[in-house]
Amino acid sequence: MIRFIIRRLLWGALLLVIVLALLFVMFRVLPTADPAVLRAGRLQNPKIIAEIRANLGLDKSLPTQFWLYIKGIFLHFDLGFSYYSEAPVKELILNRLPATVSLVFGGSLIWLVTGVGVGIISARRAGSRLDRASMGSALVLVSAPEYWLGLIALYLFASDIGRVHLLPGAGSYAGLTSDPGKWLGSMIMPWLVVAAGTAAIYARLVRGSLIETMSEDYIRTARAKGLSERRVVLRHGMRSAINPIVTVLGLDIGVLLGSSVLVETVFNIPGIGRLNFIAINHADFPIVEGTVLLAALFIIVANIIVDIVYAFLDPRVRYS
Amino acid sequence: MSEQEPLLRVEDLRVEFPTEDGTVHAVDGVTYQVRPGGTLGIVGESGSGKTVAALTILGLTRTQGAQVSGRILFEGKDLIARSEGELRAVRGNDIAMIFQDPLSSLHPFYKVGFQLVEAVRAHQNVSKATARARAVEMLGLVGIPDPDRRADDYPHQFSGGMRQRAMIAMALVNEPKLLIADEPTTALDVTVQAQILALLERLKRELQMAILIITHDLGVVAEMADDVAVMYAGRVVETAPAQQLFTQPQHPYTWGLLRSIPTLNGPREEQLVPIPGTPPSLIRRPTGCHFYPRCAYAKPEHARVDPQLEPVAGSPEHHVACLLSAAERERTWDEITAKNAALKARSALAAPAESP
Repeated sequence: MIRFIIRRLLWGALLLVIVLALLFVMFRVLPTADPAVLRAGRLQNPKIIAEIRANLGLDKSLPTQFWLYIKGIFLHFDLGFSYYSEAPVKELILNRLPATVSLVFGGSLIWLVTGVGVGIISARRAGSRLDRASMGSALVLVSAPEYWLGLIALYLFASDIGRVHLLPGAGSYAGLTSDPGKWLGSMIMPWLVVAAGTAAIYARLVRGSLIETMSEDYIRTARAKGLSERRVVLRHGMRSAINPIVTVLGLDIGVLLGSSVLVETVFNIPGIGRLNFIAINHADFPIVEGTVLLAALFIIVANIIVDIVYAFLDPRVRYS
Repeated sequence: MSEQEPLLRVEDLRVEFPTEDGTVHAVDGVTYQVRPGGTLGIVGESGSGKTVAALTILGLTRTQGAQVSGRILFEGKDLIARSEGELRAVRGNDIAMIFQDPLSSLHPFYKVGFQLVEAVRAHQNVSKATARARAVEMLGLVGIPDPDRRADDYPHQFSGGMRQRAMIAMALVNEPKLLIADEPTTALDVTVQAQILALLERLKRELQMAILIITHDLGVVAEMADDVAVMYAGRVVETAPAQQLFTQPQHPYTWGLLRSIPTLNGPREEQLVPIPGTPPSLIRRPTGCHFYPRCAYAKPEHARVDPQLEPVAGSPEHHVACLLSAAERERTWDEITAKNAALKARSALAAPAESP
């Protein structure tokens, strides 16, 4: 098991280097605009530009630059400085991280619980009116884009512009530690919006997976043992049916941590997605590069966690 | 069958599944019984309804939308009338069941010991430690070496024979009065098959339970069963004490089954005679005798009359559902056996000449 984990971690590190190489090419080699000129702003004289170039290490050869880049990331997680505000990108991102983490973990909890719950009920009553109604609404939710759902939610329920003044609307975010009550209120709508589509996908996934599992021989054995139907479904059926859910859950959380741009923008949540959105508008490459790297890192880490959890879930994987 | 009250008596059991193509008559008026401590073998091709009938005894076809009628008397009480909760108390406790493929029948993600503990605790209010001790004891009893350690293995770490032993241990952990064994040896190697059958025989004696064994293998029946019921297309076509079934089979389908198994000491020229055709659709069944389309001895009028299970003259425990007269049946079976005897004699005469 330890060897398995170490092997996965090494693979992750290798993957990270490949991602860094791609980022390096995308943001340092390909752009035709000279970062030093961008950085100099209105102070366009050759001496200053040369000085900035030396500061940023742009006067060194590309391989040396790449080496310094990797070294900086692995040793200090050094992401450089914003062209726009000159603040360290690492700090900017770390400041924005709590909002994004709040959004993603609250949202994933909601979609997991509702998705799995609805999926189980639908699977147990496959073909019933309840099943058809929930799968029908799931289809609608899957098809609804988040930004559209977010705008509709604000239009209907926001306390400032909504038809019904129900929940705090856009721009009401407060940190969990500074004002827990306000934090909770401000996150409810974004959570529901971010969870809706994914919950619908999970419901369909759980339903299909559980229906398939319930026709397995070992379910018949569980019933023949005299276990209660509840135990048969939850302990024997779901134990197997949950595996595909674990796989997608890890990846969905990883992806969303790196790219919750739309929901954060609609609800004006000061998270990483919003930071990225602003940076793209300003051509602030170091921030875009930093957020993209972070997104890749989340996905790599999520993959490793999924693999390890999977090994615990399925004993047949563990030993082979 | 005897003056003794049967442990299980299935009476005129019908199990139907409504489907889009029509109603599937999986079990069509089946009657059989198991004596306390006795073994009933149920023989038939796949799709003859033997498994569905057995699953219905435990109420396990209810979840599949089956329509069930008739009576299933276990210790005199009708199981069909029981609620799901009452049946659950019977399952795995009074009546246990083992299945054909032990790998797919054990949960792949739970340790073997845990699965036994679960069976114990479903029916006995005991601590986990007590249940575990019982599970380990049972694994030892079915011949799993080092049971305390093996209890912590997953099913995929067991061999095929070991898995079936574990299944048997799980089924018998609450000392049921009746074990239903559905093709328990079909998925196993031949050498392992014999071990499992011997194990079942031994446990049957030690735990004083009855066995209902479902098989398509007449060899298994010969080994295990006291009584036999032959099923075809959802019906019992012949039922008899095992000895009588092998010596004086009455139904052409039983003849077919007997003639399609090779014997080791029989003459090499002995022809194995397969039964022509395939079992009928259980949705659109033939009129008259269901075996009519495949029967070599059928007469045109047999396509109109539905045979009933009736006692064979002279042996009250032997029943057959066949429209041929007793004399015709006796003559035909005699001809078949005489032909084989002639072949056997010829090969016996030829044998010394071959050997130096």
